[in-house]
Amino acid sequence: MKITRAHGGGGRETEKLIHDIIVEYLGNPVLNSLEDAAVIPGGEELVFSTDSFVVSPLFFPGGDIGKLAVCGTVNDIAVRGGVPGFLSLALIIEEGLDTADLEKIIKSISTECSRESIQVVCGDTKVVEKGSGDGLFINTAGIGVLRKETSLSVKNLKPGDTLLVNGSVGEHGAAILGARRELNITSDLVSDCAPLISLVDCILGTGAEVHALRDATRGGIAAVVNEMAQGSGVTAVLKEESIPVKKEVTGVCSLLGMSPFDMANEGKLVAAVSPDGANTVLEAMKNHPLGKDAARIGTVEEQGQFPAVLITSLGVRNILEMPRGELLPRIC
Amino acid sequence: MQDFNDPGIGKELIARIGSLAEKTGPVRIMEVCGTHTMAIGRFGIRKLLPEHIHLISGPGCPVCVTPGEYIDNTARIALSEDITVATFGDMIRVPGIHTSLELARAEGARIEVITNPLDILLIKGEVLFCAVGFETTAAPIAAAFSRAVQEKRDNISFYTSLKLIPPTLSLLCADEEIGITGFLLPGHVSTVIGSAAYGFLKIPSSISGFEMIDILDGIMRILSMISEGKTRVENGYRRAVTPEGNKKAQEIIISCFEPCTEQWRGIGLLPDCSLRIREEYRKFDARERFGISSEEDDGMPEGCACGEVLKGIILPDACPLFGNTCMPDHPVGPCMVSSEGSCAAFYKYERGSE
Repeated sequence: MKITRAHGGGGRETEKLIHDIIVEYLGNPVLNSLEDAAVIPGGEELVFSTDSFVVSPLFFPGGDIGKLAVCGTVNDIAVRGGVPGFLSLALIIEEGLDTADLEKIIKSISTECSRESIQVVCGDTKVVEKGSGDGLFINTAGIGVLRKETSLSVKNLKPGDTLLVNGSVGEHGAAILGARRELNITSDLVSDCAPLISLVDCILGTGAEVHALRDATRGGIAAVVNEMAQGSGVTAVLKEESIPVKKEVTGVCSLLGMSPFDMANEGKLVAAVSPDGANTVLEAMKNHPLGKDAARIGTVEEQGQFPAVLITSLGVRNILEMPRGELLPRIC
Repeated sequence: MQDFNDPGIGKELIARIGSLAEKTGPVRIMEVCGTHTMAIGRFGIRKLLPEHIHLISGPGCPVCVTPGEYIDNTARIALSEDITVATFGDMIRVPGIHTSLELARAEGARIEVITNPLDILLIKGEVLFCAVGFETTAAPIAAAFSRAVQEKRDNISFYTSLKLIPPTLSLLCADEEIGITGFLLPGHVSTVIGSAAYGFLKIPSSISGFEMIDILDGIMRILSMISEGKTRVENGYRRAVTPEGNKKAQEIIISCFEPCTEQWRGIGLLPDCSLRIREEYRKFDARERFGISSEEDDGMPEGCACGEVLKGIILPDACPLFGNTCMPDHPVGPCMVSSEGSCAAFYKYERGSE
């Protein structure tokens, strides 16, 4: 069966689509009522975030747009100290999408959600005419409850803090580029796409003084450390040699004239930890399945001329720029 | 495989460069290729060299030396004809004299970014291809060109701004104002033309790859030639470059194109340093099809010193516009736009005191 505009009409076909595919896999008491909005029980401080997903191709090594739509939003909540519990799911489908593909994507949302004890509790489905989309766009919004006595914020970095990352960087971006046929790159790269909730649990469970966590998605760790340093009025100093990067990622990047530090991650976070707690957090990360290759990548200094500096492997202090512009392939 | 970015080897090479430099006077090494410029910035190599060893960037960014009028002409055709303009991504934001392809696209022109010239054969309807590049890119462009000719694809035309490295090097050598004492020769171009193509060079030069060790090794080779009073071209990129180069690529280039004299933006008319479409294939030439006369106005923006930057006379931060009115977000000159432009590289890695 193919998705037609009728599936976006809001009538019977829409109802059937929601019932047969979405409720089939994601159903729960709150969602099943199919109200305009979900009433969520509880009286605690809530953490709320949303993210849209337009990745192309829809299926890539290590994941698909569905898995991404869960990880992206729940990771945003997790790194702010929230425990995500509920998601909304809005689908913008281009007419012609195969329902088998849609089903695969919804299944993968289901897998991630059940593993992380998250429920999809409301949603929306629109179908746009052929040519107005790229198969499928997804928006998710998520709500979580703030853990007691946590205040993680990009405003909290202090000079002297240690910067940690939970593993090698740039894999999601490089895997997506590799999966795009027009670039003619073949690689064995797999996206690092993963929910970070249990890793955040494990980091905060150490009791160490953690000042900020940030998931390093679009713009890579370069963007994240710039944002953290700007938010706190300090300078982040990274050591190139200490930042774990897989050889395949370096390969794809050098082919395209790009830096692994600018490449997106979907399962990596940068932690700013007070120096006396850094070792404890690093060890805790290394004992977690998503942190085996965790590393100490830099330190925080008093505010200098630039928010972020990269000490190159030859020992030179270079500017670490906020990535900018489209990802342009080089021409010579 | 050898690690060409091993910091231990890198530091040792820097020490050797330091001791060789004690035996030389001021040295000015030009890296001709934009990829080298970026790599030098990325590794922070300039800051590690003795003060009298200068690395200067040359005109090796094809987008930067494409005349402003070329960009205006392309934008005009894209807007006035029922046509798709196919281009490499780097061209999109480069300011012409009055406009850019980015602006034309926003006004409704069909501008399609491609990475492989053969992709133009898949575009439906009338296509104009911005055939811009040095020898490395000229080869795949020629491959697409000969396919278009074979298949009698009269819906496709090529607007060439193809540049040649070897004749340009001899002109740069002759320019006393620049005062080049050594060349770090471009690895990618050399894989096509071969190391023997530089036989005419009479200054110490080394063909170099793009990793840290490649570049440091190239600088060391040049300094050691200078200290020994030797002038030859060494091949420091033997894992990719042979003396004769890629014969097939050379043949296909020469079967489609012939040397000609054209404007280089910021530099001027350089005799026989460009390629144009051969007489017999002129009907595939966009200049012929759309009545474009040769570009006379290179279209350097007022106050912009890209010309001097491209010739290596000044470093980018000596331009009064650098970092003030001219920045990657709102570029004035071409060298600030391309990801391999000297000003963009300098801005990214070396501005300010860090």
